[in-house]
Amino acid sequence: MSDTTAHQMPLSRRILPIVMLSPAVLVTLAIVFIPMVQALWMSFHDYVLFRPNNFDWVGLKNYITAVNDPVFWTSLRQTAIWIAITVPAQMLLGLVTALLLNQTFPWRGLARALVIIPWALPSVVIALMWVWIYDSNYGVLNDLLLRLDLIKSSIPWLADPDTALYAIILTLTWQGFPFFAVMILAGLQSIPSSYYEAASIDGASPLRQFLHITLPGLSGVLMTATLLRVIWVANSIDVIYVMTGGGPGYSSYTLPLYAFVEARTGLNYGYGSALAVCFTIMLLGFVVLYLRRAGKNIT
Amino acid sequence: MMVRNQSKVRRVLTVDLPMALILLFTLSPYIWMALTSVTQESKLFTEGPSIVGATLENYTRLFSTIGFGANLLDSFIVAGGTVVFGLGLSVPAAYAFSRFRFKGRRLLMLQFLLINMFPLVLLILPLFILMKTLGLVDTYIALIIANSTVAIPFSVWMMKSYMDGIPRSLDEAAMTDGCTRFGSMYRVVLPLCVPGIIATGVYIFITAWNEYLYALTLGGRQVKPITVAIQTLIGEYQVEWGLLTSGGIVGAMPATLLFLLIQKRLIAGMTQGAVKG
Repeated sequence: MSDTTAHQMPLSRRILPIVMLSPAVLVTLAIVFIPMVQALWMSFHDYVLFRPNNFDWVGLKNYITAVNDPVFWTSLRQTAIWIAITVPAQMLLGLVTALLLNQTFPWRGLARALVIIPWALPSVVIALMWVWIYDSNYGVLNDLLLRLDLIKSSIPWLADPDTALYAIILTLTWQGFPFFAVMILAGLQSIPSSYYEAASIDGASPLRQFLHITLPGLSGVLMTATLLRVIWVANSIDVIYVMTGGGPGYSSYTLPLYAFVEARTGLNYGYGSALAVCFTIMLLGFVVLYLRRAGKNIT
Repeated sequence: MMVRNQSKVRRVLTVDLPMALILLFTLSPYIWMALTSVTQESKLFTEGPSIVGATLENYTRLFSTIGFGANLLDSFIVAGGTVVFGLGLSVPAAYAFSRFRFKGRRLLMLQFLLINMFPLVLLILPLFILMKTLGLVDTYIALIIANSTVAIPFSVWMMKSYMDGIPRSLDEAAMTDGCTRFGSMYRVVLPLCVPGIIATGVYIFITAWNEYLYALTLGGRQVKPITVAIQTLIGEYQVEWGLLTSGGIVGAMPATLLFLLIQKRLIAGMTQGAVKG
């Protein structure tokens, strides 16, 4: 019986979702998935933009070049540092901010509105703003540190290969921590206050309450936000590109930046694509983890 | 009385003060930029930025000499176009996801999520080649299409979760009253979705407005959005920081204002998925 009703479902009801979905699906197919396949295809070819007629199949040559390329390994190592410092720093600062915003104080609404400003700024503006702050001659950071007697002479933060990457990491931490704060705050507000009441009746100290109620209650949000952030921080190259362009030398290269610069400046689209594909494959683990978490919630 | 005062002092020390420090960290770069932008170029390197003798000279130069107005217009067209294109495609798709159950639904939804996770660099290289082949480099269409790669998947998800919040009984009531499925969507669900559509539209606008790498790669002389224009203010030999920072303030203004306007709804939309997770 139920089978026949399913078949007798009005035609419009079966067709309508297809009609409504197909524009979005077809467009994303055309502007996302086909170009991606094309990038994979390009990575197996010698393709330099100033010789557009030479599109020779070279198999895995670009990938072998990458493995033997010291810049590839430098970029990869720096990508790891980049993620391993930026994401935890953003999370810690975000957690502290969220815990503070979850308290009651008179100007809480204002603080909550202001703290998210970095997130809404264009990354070019953020990058240039921080280049100005880090400026070795007139930058406010050097000025401040000199006045406080913390350094003896100005440090060229972005021109010194030892500090450039870390200076950019600070900038990205500044840009990204509000996202964590907002996510964690929403998570905090979903923990029932009765848990805390019960715990304080039982005499649990604030620290114990934090360890045994707050942290477990936040674990889902923290996991999701961290995965999202790892993926986004790994992908974000605009701030680095504007601040140092990867330099001095290769000292602030990350893998996606290397791929981008190789194609944009070197016009070497074959090798650039191969680097981009390598990076994507490495990132895939995090993406799959995230999709599995998100997939569970689809209703 | 004593006790109350004591607890107030404690609150100031443990909550207000740390919060103020975090806000100082958050806002001081922005304030420093604003301060630099109103300082005369000649005084900048001798006395440093200051509010004393503030001048709008940098801003007037930005528009009169550099022609920033044209760049603002470019950004408006690209961001506005992305909003229209992105919403036009994603609202019907979100409705289908929210109201129908069909084969492959889960997979298609995950597909939209997956797109947002892919590295931009993997997409930007082939898109440039594609646009070059089609002769679309340096046109609005190229940038609108590129920005839509981000906008469509995000707004499908955001709109779907908004529509899920509108009870299905409303559509059903409309249909028993003689509305067609399409009529019930058009007359009942869509009007109720207006706040969600506005929030999603604003989000698309902000991300498209702030976007830089696509604008740099696919734009050019004809179409030069504000983000690229700001960056090109860095001269070959010396940087005019007054000009650059005023450009930064102008470029950041629309997105910041829009964001502050619809902040609450936007944050609710953004965090919903994560809290459930």
